[in-house]
Amino acid sequence: MLSKRLVVCLDVRGGKLAKSIKFVDTKDIGDPIAKARQYYEDGVDELVFYDITASRENRDIMINFVEEVARQIFIPFSVGGGIRSVEDATRLRNAGAEKVNVNTAAVKRKELISEIARAIGSQSTILSMDIRKVDPTQEMPSGYEIVVNGGVTPTGIDGLWWAKTGEELGAGELVINSIDADGTKDGYELNLTRMIADSVGIPVIASGGAGKPEHLYDVLTEGHADAALVASIVHYDEYTCRTLKEYLHNRGIKIRLNY
Amino acid sequence: MITIIDYNAGNIKSVQRACAEVGVQAIVTSDPTTVAKAEKIIFPGVGAAPSAMEYLKKTGLDVALVKAFEGGIPILGICLGAQIILDSSEEGNQKCLGLVAGKTVRFRIRDKLLKIPHMGWNEVKAVQPHPLLDGIQPGDEFYFVHSYYPQPADKKDVYAVSSHGGDFCAALGSRNLFAMQFHPEKSGPLGLQILERFARWNGTLTG
Repeated sequence: MLSKRLVVCLDVRGGKLAKSIKFVDTKDIGDPIAKARQYYEDGVDELVFYDITASRENRDIMINFVEEVARQIFIPFSVGGGIRSVEDATRLRNAGAEKVNVNTAAVKRKELISEIARAIGSQSTILSMDIRKVDPTQEMPSGYEIVVNGGVTPTGIDGLWWAKTGEELGAGELVINSIDADGTKDGYELNLTRMIADSVGIPVIASGGAGKPEHLYDVLTEGHADAALVASIVHYDEYTCRTLKEYLHNRGIKIRLNY
Repeated sequence: MITIIDYNAGNIKSVQRACAEVGVQAIVTSDPTTVAKAEKIIFPGVGAAPSAMEYLKKTGLDVALVKAFEGGIPILGICLGAQIILDSSEEGNQKCLGLVAGKTVRFRIRDKLLKIPHMGWNEVKAVQPHPLLDGIQPGDEFYFVHSYYPQPADKKDVYAVSSHGGDFCAALGSRNLFAMQFHPEKSGPLGLQILERFARWNGTLTG
């Protein structure tokens, strides 16, 4: 049986680790590669690097960054932020990223998902979604809306519809990021996560809201997620990956502890 | 010195980097004459069996690999490299290298909650001792990404199993060849240890 996964997300800005609160007011908190290595040694199952500047000029910096990460850590990691083409995805993959995350560019042109999946495989194509709660309407019957550009621009697209569409187009995994919960430390958006996890046949990574170990337990059980993504609770040394995983293990979650 | 075979099947640089991490020198080549002179071979690969076999035949790497195997050179297969060493694969009904008797088959799973590809961390259980699995403990997990798995004809060639809707072969071996369906280069310290052991392995069951 596959284990549940602990995923740590590192927001990267010009090669520096950044932490955002509700997507604004980012501050630098250290060297992302040193942090990544620390989490690797502490047993994280997967890492996500998000390039929050994501400009074209930064693309080469990001490729070099990915190559350096690949020399330092020997578990799967993915890269996201500003991936707009098959070429972007292929270059990052060749630099050593196991998977790539697409978000805004896929909302603007959904064929990008199938193009990337054909080029590097569905198993390496992750669709990340930033989602906020809205009042259900005819256009958005699930009561959740996709927002883009780092969570600031509403799209009028229904969150559940987009998740299912992403799967049909070839995404091999979904990151469900609740921008309402992001940065609050009050727990993941369980209803949203479960609704999507129950509607697709691909793994779901829950994101946004982790503040204590119970939140991870809740989203991996009640929320039906395959993986729980955390950021600030490990970046500021409140918890280590090891303590989070031991907590989950002690509550009966199958998770990797030997390393 | 380890020779890593590059046959246009996925990113093999990750295997070279993992070797470097544990202080093992490795070169990457797609040249059959270099493979013919190799002291030790890693045969990695991600992708589909038909295109991989086509490339191996076109370059003559298929012949070089068979000769290396017959010559007693220690060989480590990884992922696709653990599949196309069998007689054939269900993927495109492809005839393969035939270094080990058996067939590569696709997961057939009734349980809708179990997904294909089988992707993520899963426990690998040794079913018989092998120098490359020396020290593997209950609960040790490794990283998998695959939809097909190797099924040796003779159970004595199966060295480890994992489970995804039932047990499947996670590692197989025959003489100087050992192969694993999971990715040691992406399985953290436990995976790197396997590469380290391979660097020391003399190609026999006792050492």
